[in-house]
Amino acid sequence: MQNPIERIQDPLLVAESWMAEGRDVAIATVVETWGSAPRPVGSHLVIDEAGNFEGSVSGGCVEGSVIAEALDVISHGSPRMLEFGVADETAWQVGLSCGGRIKVYVERLG
Amino acid sequence: MDPYSLKKLNKERQARRAAVLLTDIGDGRDRVIKEGDPVAGALGEAVKRAFLSGKSTIIEVDGRSFFLNVHVPPPRLVVIGAVHISQALAPMARLSGYDVEIIDPRTAFATPGRFPDVKLFAEWPQDALEKRPLDPYTAVAVVTHDPKIDDQALERALKAGCFYIGALGSRKTHAKRVERLAAMGFGTDEIALIHSPIGLDIGAASPAEIAVAVMADVIKTFRTRGLQATRHLEKTA
Repeated sequence: MQNPIERIQDPLLVAESWMAEGRDVAIATVVETWGSAPRPVGSHLVIDEAGNFEGSVSGGCVEGSVIAEALDVISHGSPRMLEFGVADETAWQVGLSCGGRIKVYVERLG
Repeated sequence: MDPYSLKKLNKERQARRAAVLLTDIGDGRDRVIKEGDPVAGALGEAVKRAFLSGKSTIIEVDGRSFFLNVHVPPPRLVVIGAVHISQALAPMARLSGYDVEIIDPRTAFATPGRFPDVKLFAEWPQDALEKRPLDPYTAVAVVTHDPKIDDQALERALKAGCFYIGALGSRKTHAKRVERLAAMGFGTDEIALIHSPIGLDIGAASPAEIAVAVMADVIKTFRTRGLQATRHLEKTA
């Protein structure tokens, strides 16, 4: 058996198959972490233009916000760097409850 | 990300080869670097370090920021011996994200009924490992207790530089194994890479508990690789 679950859930393979279906795709990547970050540097969340997503960049704390930014990146094209942490003024909405800080790079595929 | 980069990266990952995706954070351009590809200067040094450590990172070179995302193959576990321990170990390893395969030439042991949903090969290790070779991202657990079967796999595992090699058996059994491996031409340092007794010392008694100990040992070794050499030196000092 070829580990079908892992294959289906692999964000970069998902991104490639979405691209092959003609969907617009954004890729979010954790590029830096400080303190106790739930997902390591290099983790991916991939998003399509309809807001479907696969993967994760945190324990679920900031995904909603990353997806919203990703939709913007898909329509405007230029990549952006997002930063999340408890010290942030948006902490109450989308901060990391674990106390860490993360930087997420969001870019369009193609 | 460049669609071409994504395809190339996925191709490398699926072939179990390490690759780095290098992204210029300033302009968003990226490219895929395969292990051994020449990269000049400070960037080249950083790429080399990234392949060795497996750690992704941001680096600054000539006032530009790059993100190096290292993709090393997902770890694989090859179990030699379709025994009771393996029946518990296979699903645990799969849940931990490992690609698992079990090899045992004894057809009475290697039955699909005992091992549902596992890649199972009723073959001699030397034949099975010829077809699907071991690599540095593979762990090998040798648990048949039969030197005819175990030794073939240990030889291959040592030669392939598997990140984890564990062998079941008492200290007495292992002492004999050490003699046989030495007679095959392996040095003391190489033989000392074999984890035996196999598994972390958690006082495991049942086959399932031993499987937990083995899985924990494999995970620990994979997550701390690179530190192994120094720890090994400390142990033997």
